[in-house]
Amino acid sequence: MTNEIIRLVGKKDLFIQGDEATVYGALLADCKFFAGYPITPATEVAEGMAIWMPKLGRVCVQMEDEIASIAAVIGASCTGVRAMTATSGPGFSLMQECIGYACMAETPCVIVNVQRGGPSTGQPTEAAQGDIMQTMWGTHGDHQIIALAPKSVQETLDLTIEAFNLSDDYRVPVVVLLDAELGHMREKVVLPEVKNIKVEEKIKSNIESDNFKPYRKHFKKSSKIPNFKHFGLGYKTYITGLTHDERGFPVTTSAEVHEDLVTRLIDKILDDIDNVWYYEDYLIDDAEIMVISYGITSRPAASAVKMAREKGIKVGHIRLITIWPFNYEKIKELLKNVHTVIVPEMNLGQMIHPIREVVGKDVKVILAPRIGGAIHSPKEIFKYIGEVKP
Amino acid sequence: MSFISNKKIIEKYLRKGMFPTIFCTGCGIGGVMNFTLRAIYDLNIDIDTTVFVSGIGCSSRVPGYIDSDGLHTLHGRAIAYATGVKLANPNLNVIVFTGDGDCGAIGGNHFLHAIRRNVDLTVISINNFIYGMTGGQVAPTTPIKSKTSTTPYGNIEYPFDLSILAKVIGAPYVARWTTAHPGQCISSIKNALQKPGFSFVEVLSPCPTFYGRLNKMGTALDMTKHLKESTINVKLYEKILAEGNTTDKMVIGELVNTDKEDFGTKYKRFCGELK
Amino acid sequence: MKTGIRISGFGGQGIVLSGVIVGKAAVLNGFNAVQTQSYGPEARGGSSRSEIVISDEEIDYPKVESASISIIMSQEAFSKYAPMTENQGIIIYDPELIPDKKIGGNFKLAELNATRIASELGTKIVANIVMLGGFCEICDIISKGSMKDSIKDSIPKMLDLNISAFESGMENIKKINW
Repeated sequence: MTNEIIRLVGKKDLFIQGDEATVYGALLADCKFFAGYPITPATEVAEGMAIWMPKLGRVCVQMEDEIASIAAVIGASCTGVRAMTATSGPGFSLMQECIGYACMAETPCVIVNVQRGGPSTGQPTEAAQGDIMQTMWGTHGDHQIIALAPKSVQETLDLTIEAFNLSDDYRVPVVVLLDAELGHMREKVVLPEVKNIKVEEKIKSNIESDNFKPYRKHFKKSSKIPNFKHFGLGYKTYITGLTHDERGFPVTTSAEVHEDLVTRLIDKILDDIDNVWYYEDYLIDDAEIMVISYGITSRPAASAVKMAREKGIKVGHIRLITIWPFNYEKIKELLKNVHTVIVPEMNLGQMIHPIREVVGKDVKVILAPRIGGAIHSPKEIFKYIGEVKP
Repeated sequence: MSFISNKKIIEKYLRKGMFPTIFCTGCGIGGVMNFTLRAIYDLNIDIDTTVFVSGIGCSSRVPGYIDSDGLHTLHGRAIAYATGVKLANPNLNVIVFTGDGDCGAIGGNHFLHAIRRNVDLTVISINNFIYGMTGGQVAPTTPIKSKTSTTPYGNIEYPFDLSILAKVIGAPYVARWTTAHPGQCISSIKNALQKPGFSFVEVLSPCPTFYGRLNKMGTALDMTKHLKESTINVKLYEKILAEGNTTDKMVIGELVNTDKEDFGTKYKRFCGELK
Repeated sequence: MKTGIRISGFGGQGIVLSGVIVGKAAVLNGFNAVQTQSYGPEARGGSSRSEIVISDEEIDYPKVESASISIIMSQEAFSKYAPMTENQGIIIYDPELIPDKKIGGNFKLAELNATRIASELGTKIVANIVMLGGFCEICDIISKGSMKDSIKDSIPKMLDLNISAFESGMENIKKINW
């Protein structure tokens, strides 16, 4: 796969934007279907896909809106191919109902959201991290999704590939959260060697449809991920957004069936959280103050932590790479020796809520908010660190 | 049209675990499902490579009863999901079951754009002039003056004509019948299934529970009779027009049957040219 | 070593492209580089700005705070960004586009009649590349070879014209007060 892409692109080292990195990530991950709708600042993803996908004989289609885009992606995914869409805030809002469908029907798909200033049309060309809560709670009902937030262009490419793997492994939508700054920023990337692209089963079944249980539990060893067969194999798979039993048939008034299904949708990810949850830490061993950041904000945060260390302040840095699910246990453990946590976010306080929840009343949690477009400066975050009193 | 028994159709094509259906007595949807399965039988279409896609509404429950791959999606979005299924695997036959509200109101834009794009889908729209599943509210197809639970004093909005809409936007195959025309329905569904590109079959169907009751239209049989009387075959209609006359009746028959390269075929050719 | 370069002017001058060329050249030269940009919503006209951070270490903060080098191609940009250059920093500007060149502070100034030189070469659109030639000549950060390779990679069309523009810039840049 990698070689075919490198041959087509003509080189392995590129100087490209974050948006473009999601394109190369998708190409390398063997994404066979892209549907999207133009929206600033995510349009470059659709444009990149339109250049490369047809040359590889893969499908790239511009739909009539974002709802149609995610719907087509889920439809394509039901045929067993890897599929992706890309959007920004307003389009992401429109997609929420279908994202819930993909959670309920357990259909893998990757959604790139290049965040911009909201609410509403807001600041189309300006960066924000305003969709953190929407990513987790945007669709109605209880559910769990996975969201990854890269900090650099190379990591955007790598995490896009990982998003496809996680989406397939857990049969859940995976959101790659960029922002306008990272989406339009250019850095060097190296196209990585990609192995382990899954080959879907193409053998026809002779299971009688009433006995085939696509949503059966415990298919994998001690796991709650279903054994799903895609369309066209004769399994007569029925997929619905209604509450359904193990056969996939609607059962909408049984509390037991509903509870069993919805808790499984959440537990299939939370039971295995340590394999889904990625983070990075820096100078945390003796830290009394901790900066917790994610995405582009991690870069000025890292500079600020270095500045503070030079002044002898005992501060560490945790960067959340997987932002959802939130790893309560692990984060609690990482914060056990600190008295203050600083959370820089390009919003007026979103990720700070689960962090507050996890540390309880003994630890002071300080928000370092910034909205309007510009990312935090290192000095700005340093100021918060410098003002902390033990 | 082949004369096989309903029993054989049931045994061959229906999912045993899903019965009884949710359809009310006198509802026309089961009939349209029957017509479709007979068309599939006659054409000897492989059910294992056929996917039924639907949205939300009474008619959107049809795929659940058919023993094949089925995708029961969100309200209005069936055609958008079906576009993804078909483009990702062009070897699948993709049939969409939709209602007048699903297709004409909340899903109207997907309907228009799938026709514009000419995706190779067969869309069967069962039009009962009302929202049945939610209890009889006004639909984009509800005739003027008709009573529904959200137009208790009579509808004042002009209705959509879905088939004419499909025709004007350029669908290569459009036919409309009523549930009182089983033979014609089966024949048109067969033509639609064989037609590359977007084909649309609208079937006018009685909803005695809501549309019939609220408008005092009698039994399902009375309603079927009414459907037959308030429609006119396209051939007769054209003759009337030629004579300089006109009619308020809804035109039925094969309204469009033409050839137009479908999106998937065109896309594949275009990819080949790029390589 | 960490260098911040800010290129500014108006939309349509190829400001963003110039930033991409510098960033890519820096990478070809073995450095780490981040290029960012901002522009008004207009496709033509309006203000345009591109920033490049070049470093031999990993770059955390991707933006330029005070630029070591400013390359300026409009009066509006000069008034706004020239004073945001760091103390002792270099300001390269096209004097014909900037009637009011008054500036306080302690900067190294360099003039390059890029738009006129570009017109003489046949088209004003290569004025940005003329500016990059001047930048390469006096700043000594990125090698001439890397700059040329980056131009070749970024603008495959009209390569000869662009290389002539680049070389004219190298020849014609005038240091004012160094």
